[in-house]
Amino acid sequence: MKELSLNVLDITQNSITAGANNIDISLILDAHGILTLSITDDGCGMTEETVRNVINPFYTTRTTRKVGMGIPLLKLASEQTGGQLTISSKHISEHPSDHGTVISATFDTKHLDFTPVGDMVSTICTIIQGHPEVDYTFRHETGEISVQLDTKELRAALGEGIPLSEFEVINWIAEFLREQYQNKN
Amino acid sequence: MKSLAELAAIRERMKDKVAMRESDGNLRVSVGMATCGIAAGARPVLNAFVEKVTEAGLAEKVTVTQTGCIGICQYEPVVEVFENGKDKVTYVKMTAEKVAEIVEQHLKNGNVVEKYTIGGYKA
Repeated sequence: MKELSLNVLDITQNSITAGANNIDISLILDAHGILTLSITDDGCGMTEETVRNVINPFYTTRTTRKVGMGIPLLKLASEQTGGQLTISSKHISEHPSDHGTVISATFDTKHLDFTPVGDMVSTICTIIQGHPEVDYTFRHETGEISVQLDTKELRAALGEGIPLSEFEVINWIAEFLREQYQNKN
Repeated sequence: MKSLAELAAIRERMKDKVAMRESDGNLRVSVGMATCGIAAGARPVLNAFVEKVTEAGLAEKVTVTQTGCIGICQYEPVVEVFENGKDKVTYVKMTAEKVAEIVEQHLKNGNVVEKYTIGGYKA
């Protein structure tokens, strides 16, 4: 992937496929230049065996082809900077009331092989456009900027009947996020 | 500063339009957004469709949706167009530039842009 934001778009589809109602996406850069990406969902989760399998590119749940590259590509992007990928998950069969998955990856942003974050605004808007029924929180903190979005707040302001995927709403979200990216602390 | 109050204004403007749309739309554009599609450049293609369809005033007729991998990863970004009573049209190796042409000729005027379809690509 050319940008980390594309990995985020890709990995978030897994949460949606898992039937999540709430997805949290966060990118936090610490003072040492270590970036932590976390995607947390309340989807059906995975069993321990599945968690072990998903880092293998020859494992996939899809039926149209036999290779699943989403998580291996994120793992590669992280590890090539000296970072690591962790997955913790609770499968609905064992945790009927608090199931879901947390996938985290760290990146050394000072490393030569760090993939730039890229266009997170486009990624967030694309995710919402595709699945407007899911609630999302997004947070991107770098010390210089602090960007936040909570679709529950937008939904409350928008009322019933107008999906978040409406062009005008998506445009508003894009501008809302861009404004926060430009607003340096 | 953007404020949530602007969303309330959007709600007022949109509420009648959205109700109408649900019954009318008979064209569906589906963009492949699995790992293969995303890596090949599907995100700008999807965004271009959303933008161009609205600009062309086709939002009431056309819905833009996302789908997973359809199994022809070597042709990604892949876009399928579904229309009631017609055969599915599959566009391959899509770019944002091609989107403008497809919106204008196919979605607006009903003429399939053969050169960008999977048949046209192989020929």
